[in-house]
Amino acid sequence: MEVLHEGKGELIGWHDPDDNREFVLKNKSRELKDKRTTAENAVNQYVHDGDYIASGGFGHTRVSMAIVYEIIRQKKRNLVMAGKTAVHDIDLLIGAGCVNKCEVAYSFGHELRGLSPASRRMVESGKCKVAAEISNAGYQWRFLAGMMGLPFIPSRTMLGTDTGAYSSAKVVKDPFSGKPITLLPAAYPDAAFIHVHRCDMYGNCQIDSIGVEDFELARCARRLIITTEEIIDNEEIRKEPWRTTIPFYVVDAVVEQPYGSHPCNMSGLYWFDEDVIGEWLRVSRTDEGVEEYLKKYVYDTNSFDEYLEVCGGIKMLNYLKRREIYHEPFKPVAYK
Amino acid sequence: MTTQVDYNLRELLAANGSNVLEDKRSVFVGTGLPIIAGMLAKKTHAPDLFMVFEAGGVGPRLRELPISVGDSRTINMAVSASSMHDVMSALQAGYTDFGFLGAAQMDAYGNLNTTLIGNHDLPKTRLPGSGGANDIGSLAHRLVIIIGNQSKRTFVEKLDFLTTPGYLDGPGAREKAGLPKNSGPYRVITQLAVFGFDDATKKLKLVSLHPGVTVEEVKDNSSFDIIIPDTVKTSYIPTSEDLRILREELDPSGIILGK
Repeated sequence: MEVLHEGKGELIGWHDPDDNREFVLKNKSRELKDKRTTAENAVNQYVHDGDYIASGGFGHTRVSMAIVYEIIRQKKRNLVMAGKTAVHDIDLLIGAGCVNKCEVAYSFGHELRGLSPASRRMVESGKCKVAAEISNAGYQWRFLAGMMGLPFIPSRTMLGTDTGAYSSAKVVKDPFSGKPITLLPAAYPDAAFIHVHRCDMYGNCQIDSIGVEDFELARCARRLIITTEEIIDNEEIRKEPWRTTIPFYVVDAVVEQPYGSHPCNMSGLYWFDEDVIGEWLRVSRTDEGVEEYLKKYVYDTNSFDEYLEVCGGIKMLNYLKRREIYHEPFKPVAYK
Repeated sequence: MTTQVDYNLRELLAANGSNVLEDKRSVFVGTGLPIIAGMLAKKTHAPDLFMVFEAGGVGPRLRELPISVGDSRTINMAVSASSMHDVMSALQAGYTDFGFLGAAQMDAYGNLNTTLIGNHDLPKTRLPGSGGANDIGSLAHRLVIIIGNQSKRTFVEKLDFLTTPGYLDGPGAREKAGLPKNSGPYRVITQLAVFGFDDATKKLKLVSLHPGVTVEEVKDNSSFDIIIPDTVKTSYIPTSEDLRILREELDPSGIILGK
């Protein structure tokens, strides 16, 4: 195939498909075994300094905040992160000094809430490097190629643009149509963390909402930590097997953590905690503000349950539950 | 007493965005004004307009304005809660009639920048990046762009970064790059006017002026030349019913329209 253009972005998280098959053969267990553990142990075991990490969900929705906080608490360093519509997670992880390189589809912004002061400051001062650009579909399909065990997957996005020129993709002449087409390299994150509505102790997961990219991300990640609102019996999973979107054999750890996505939104269960998100956006305008926030919510709390207490405990959680099911009105919050 | 319809600029943008959309079509919406324009269209002239959100929400009956294109509001009474792979594949396969985006900068060919101001390695201002914008601009049949602050700084001769393709550098450029046939920018809506693109040159061309706006104002608020046709219409003016829906039903707190 004739290569027409090569993106100058850094190729992050790619492996020769045979090498990845070997990794899977040696490291991924096919045994139906109890994988329950704590966030502390899961991060300690599966997230290492310098790893390429990816977080499930989308923006502020269904993000595994229990793992994000634990990575900050354990002061992991030099992480490379997939900015696949990474919003609150990547902003905190860059602000806390854990992530210093990323590949960006959408980051440094909080959609309607405005731009991210902390991570923008780090990028604009050169402390965090954007190693490659990509689009949302592009990142999604990098995971799809990884899940399929392929070296790349073709797509018709990013052609003719700087997004393509600064990506790690290549444009070739398609041997079938004769037209230029983008080849997206497969991505295999060293560790991914995904929050789900429920799973069994082996890691068979059900998600009661949009899957975003998690079907593919779960299957291409080399190590996968699942956090879950609740653990249910394997017999319950087997009664409705069509609901299993992530199967046990790709899962390495299962952490039961009710409200584990707070202050993010968990479909059907709880709405965004705009007070906490707003506080972060306001205080993260300075380095001191970032430190104070992390001290209050992460370093001075020993567990996610303690963190929930600091955020307002049961009263706050009940409000977010009512808000999610439209029983509470919209409440304006200052983000600046 | 008074029946004089009074509206703010964001309401005017939303109403004109809605006016571009057609019934029984699909629209892929970005965060903010595009969502509210789609919601208004559904409540007025396009009840069977079918909205798609990039994270996987398909055809919802929105009950409350989503804050994010991935939040739980986007699947309220939806026909499907699927995945990014599903909706992006449908977009690539040609099922999406309209795409709807905002941008920090646009050039004469409708190319968009949402990535950065300055240079890539050490930007003056880092913006979020493509998100789904490049995909929508590459693959939707007709792209609608909303820029609420048209000026010499946003309508630029040369983008700091070409995030999302418009007509690239002119006629035939999209096809030459490998982008699908029958795709590209269709309308641009700003606080001053509505624009389309000239068939021969693929450059920005004035379609209609908002009430009280002059051709000179439109020209003065652009760094590139805009094609001015012989006849220029007046833009869609929000009706009192549009404004009632926007204010009472869609955005009572003014989170988008109050800005």
